[in-house]
Amino acid sequence: MPETVADLVEDGVLPLMQANGLVFETGGGRLVDGLSFHIAEGRRTVVMGPNGAGKSLTLRLLHGLVQPTAGDVLWRGRPLDAAARANQAMVFQRPVLLRRSVLANMRFALAAAGVPRRDRSARALEALSQARLETLAHRPARVLSGGEQQRLAIARALGCRPQLLFLDEPTASLDPAATKAVEDLILTASDEGITVVMVTHDTGQARRLGQDLIFLHAGRVAETGLAAERLNQPHSPQLAAWLAGRLWLDGSDNTAHEASAR
Amino acid sequence: MGDFWQILGESFRLIWAGDGDLMAIILLSLRVTLTAVFLSCLIGLPLGAAVGAFRFPGRALVNVVLNALMGLPPVVVGLVVYLMLSASGPLGPLQWLYTPTAMIIAQTVLVTPIVAALTRQVIEDLNTEYAEQFASMGVGPIARVYALLWDGRFSLLTVALAGFGRAVAEVGAVLIVGGNINHVTRVMTTTIALETSRGNLQLALALGVVLLVIALVVNAIVMALRASAVRSAYA
Amino acid sequence: MMLRRSFLALGIASMAAPLLARDRFIIMQSTTSTQNSGLLSAILPQFTAKTGIEVRVVAVGTGQALRNAANGDGDVLFVHDRAAEEAFLADGHGLARHDVMYNDFVIVGPPQDPAGTRGLNNAVAAFTRIAEAGALFASRGDDSGTHKAEMRLWQDVGFNPTTVSGTWYREMGQGMGATLNAGIAMGAYVLTDRATWIAFRNKGQHQILVQGDPRLFNQYGIIAVSPESHPHVRADMAQELIDWLLSADGQAAIAAYKIDGQQLFFPNASRDN
Repeated sequence: MPETVADLVEDGVLPLMQANGLVFETGGGRLVDGLSFHIAEGRRTVVMGPNGAGKSLTLRLLHGLVQPTAGDVLWRGRPLDAAARANQAMVFQRPVLLRRSVLANMRFALAAAGVPRRDRSARALEALSQARLETLAHRPARVLSGGEQQRLAIARALGCRPQLLFLDEPTASLDPAATKAVEDLILTASDEGITVVMVTHDTGQARRLGQDLIFLHAGRVAETGLAAERLNQPHSPQLAAWLAGRLWLDGSDNTAHEASAR
Repeated sequence: MGDFWQILGESFRLIWAGDGDLMAIILLSLRVTLTAVFLSCLIGLPLGAAVGAFRFPGRALVNVVLNALMGLPPVVVGLVVYLMLSASGPLGPLQWLYTPTAMIIAQTVLVTPIVAALTRQVIEDLNTEYAEQFASMGVGPIARVYALLWDGRFSLLTVALAGFGRAVAEVGAVLIVGGNINHVTRVMTTTIALETSRGNLQLALALGVVLLVIALVVNAIVMALRASAVRSAYA
Repeated sequence: MMLRRSFLALGIASMAAPLLARDRFIIMQSTTSTQNSGLLSAILPQFTAKTGIEVRVVAVGTGQALRNAANGDGDVLFVHDRAAEEAFLADGHGLARHDVMYNDFVIVGPPQDPAGTRGLNNAVAAFTRIAEAGALFASRGDDSGTHKAEMRLWQDVGFNPTTVSGTWYREMGQGMGATLNAGIAMGAYVLTDRATWIAFRNKGQHQILVQGDPRLFNQYGIIAVSPESHPHVRADMAQELIDWLLSADGQAAIAAYKIDGQQLFFPNASRDN
């Protein structure tokens, strides 16, 4: 039985990332309300929750793309700074590819990551071959299929050899075969020791990939724990409702609200 | 006024005849305008990209000013450049007045705001798409502007063509700073103005058709270049 | 890549082309009438062939030519407004003024001649009839030599047409050719110099209605811009041009310039003024 993050912390092992009381407000609304959790190094964490729970925003807060209104994001126990962020990479739900060739996309990211010019081609081709894209190296990136585009986005992120990879619903618009290819790529990265934090809506994918689970509801952490365990035996009523395909509404009689589809 | 076909015939006769003076005028027009557009791009592309890609105080004001400058009356530009380059003006010692250089400067002043304002729009749209990815990658400001310009290159070609259109058709500014001196600063538009003032309306119109053909050819060449580059670069 | 390279190449090629032609040249500030009539392009090549000095003509209204020259933007001034030319000298901008040639103004108008001016040889009487009839009149309105001559005629009439500007009196604010084009299109009377009229190719039905009044005499003068107030001017070459225009050769060249068999300008050089 693997140890939980809490156990690791109790054992004195510093988590890779910590969120301490994260709050994010905009236009009078509080989108994220006091999030606290740990991300363990070398593990795959899935972030789940209903629409509007604040999943994507949480990823952006952890990656430093958005500054919290209150609370701290810690990287190896210290505030997240530019140097720490250089060890993170992120893949968005819709891959943002430059209007250039596949190889040029790779080289651009490597240049931004400060990889010396002479090393870029070799590093790029290595990452492309891992994503099984090497034959497409000279094709324009934006004519690739959806699955190929997302694999390229992941390869581009991995080429920079991050310690942590964020993925925001990377397979949301892909067919099963393309989803499988992307999941394989994520598992390979994980096997190489890269910490993975991934938002997903897909319970099956969470079971296949997730080791740790963070379940968010209405901008708060509803439940954390081992993914395999909690997805079978939820502790919180919110996760239980979600898994049962029901909407959980705070402060009302939730048994009355059966969602027609999830 | 002669009929349309007669004028069209006259313009094609002018082109086929390959009259030396007319060719020199056409070449000067192209040289002045292309140089001005090139310089305008050199200034306007990075300027427009910076305004489009970054948030900074006073950005809205810069936008308004750029958009307003797009409508600069050529005659006003001509007068200002004249006052600068005049022997009694601050740049008088350069002796650029009544030379193609003066015309290039006037057209550059005229076209740069157009290039900058249109570039800003193109880059702003592109930046909306790229901003988070660039922030995630830690792309620096210079690299960001360069990347946005490069990725917007096909739209920006159209921007350059808009500048070309404005410059090549412009008469008020080049007339004042160039002086329409025969064999020195006479370009297509000033020739048309001169022939009109001589009452040679047919010739003036025929020259207008020639100018239109030149603009068409330039646009066609650029668009063909663009199409082939698009095929080899992205979709 | 290819695109960037070809664009750069285009830019560099156009930059590299020499921007200045020759060094031995002077700039003449002159009026539209001398250029539009074709006189200058007929006679100046003869001067260039003889001396190797190229004359670059900037043809604008007399008023603008005087202002440009006063700014030092020209080596020699060749215009037709005696009073303004003398003021130019008095302000120290010029060396000396010389009569070169003359032609005359004529009043052209539509064949219907609504003001009944046809055949008059008194310009003031003609202007009076135009004003009384309220017939359309197109004025240069641009402070040019022709415009000033027109204003002197109105003064003799004792009527200030700018008070009715926009009704029958139309101030075009443009050169002679543009004013003629517009005046002919609207069927208006126009005061024009004879040379421009003869050379003009868009006469429509318009004809010369009034001519032969001594007040319509139109004298052209030439002035070298003073190197004292504008040290960079090419006074030596400007003087060469003046000497040639006043010489027997130059005067003969002016007299020889004809359109449709009609002489446009009449040389009357005098070196003492």
